[in-house]
Amino acid sequence: MTFALAVDCGLVVLVLGMAIWTIAARTTFPAVAGFVAYGLLLTLVWMRLAAPDVALTEAAIGGGLTGVLLLGATSRLRATAQSAAAERPSAPFRLIVAGLCTLISAAIAAVVLLLPDPAPTLAPEAGAKLSLTGVGNAVTAVLLAYRALDTLLESAVLLLALVGVWSLAPDRFWGGAPRSLALRYRDGSLSLLGQVLPPIGIVLGVYIVWVGADAPGGKFQGATIIAAMWVLTMMAGLQNPPELGRAWVRLILVAGAAFFLAAGIAGFWLAGAFLAYPPGFAKPLIVAIEAALTLSVAATLGLLVAGPSARPVRT
Amino acid sequence: MSGTTLFGLCAAVLVGLGLYGVIVHPQVLRRVVAFNLLGAGAFLLFGVVARRGAEAGMGGDPVPQALVITGIVVAFSATALAVGLLLRLRAVRAAEDADR
Repeated sequence: MTFALAVDCGLVVLVLGMAIWTIAARTTFPAVAGFVAYGLLLTLVWMRLAAPDVALTEAAIGGGLTGVLLLGATSRLRATAQSAAAERPSAPFRLIVAGLCTLISAAIAAVVLLLPDPAPTLAPEAGAKLSLTGVGNAVTAVLLAYRALDTLLESAVLLLALVGVWSLAPDRFWGGAPRSLALRYRDGSLSLLGQVLPPIGIVLGVYIVWVGADAPGGKFQGATIIAAMWVLTMMAGLQNPPELGRAWVRLILVAGAAFFLAAGIAGFWLAGAFLAYPPGFAKPLIVAIEAALTLSVAATLGLLVAGPSARPVRT
Repeated sequence: MSGTTLFGLCAAVLVGLGLYGVIVHPQVLRRVVAFNLLGAGAFLLFGVVARRGAEAGMGGDPVPQALVITGIVVAFSATALAVGLLLRLRAVRAAEDADR
């Protein structure tokens, strides 16, 4: 067994162990903590699969923001946890479900083992047209040039999810600020972290967006880091979430998708097709769209964590 | 067996584990966590397919990789919506209990 394979085996054992812990833990808090560790381990798996762009996304969202969201929900739901534990399904039922899930796993494993060889791939085609887009990172080229429509729809889906979350607010609070994220038991260290880390994190986030054109990185990864910095300052109690009815909040949220859509429609006249970029202008357009999307995605992710309005509008 | 195949088998087990958690857990929040576990397994399958398609000097096929990046972000927004619904449901139930 080679060294690399031994490392992979060790990683798989850790990932599976953490996944089993996440499902089997008796209470919610350790399960969610296990899920965060699971996300960080998956980041290493993605590196082993030669996908650093995905690894960055998984670390920032899978391990980071999802963890914050789930931990916040855990602490607010603590009182209901006890009553629900009594409704645990019976042992025979669980046994049947376990059997069926094992079957599904076995079927997927069989598919993995029977994948065609040589594997079909779009890598040569993605590489061949890379010079036309002006970007050096093939994943960014797929996201913003070849399959730009997917990314445009995704930025719309993010907004739809936010509208869904906002619509859960009671009528009397509509347009008001979400509940404060500030932790009740916070000491000086969190406050210090909330002041020292954001300047570094924001520079890092912008850097990751910028290098995303030619190296691993991109707007989603960078925007998530910026969003995480915002959430950190809110959790440290240094600032409160904004009122959701304000015009400037709405403007920042839709700016990215609106600019992307406008650039796509302009493609009809400038390059003959929706979301087509005029020759020679692909790179500047892609960077401009990424910049606009970064701000909007960061704001959307932060407000998704903050949740619906929970206070009346201040007049 | 290569490391890539090993990760593929790992992903298959993760999907089964997550599905079990989604069906069996009595608490809704735990089901949301289990669903995310399942989703991560499905994404990993994409990663394995991408890695097998390594060609033209790239470590993997960039198309499935880009799909996974989109998927992770959408999965987060869906999780946020699920958590929002859950918290609202609890607030409504608490208000109903208080009325009784």
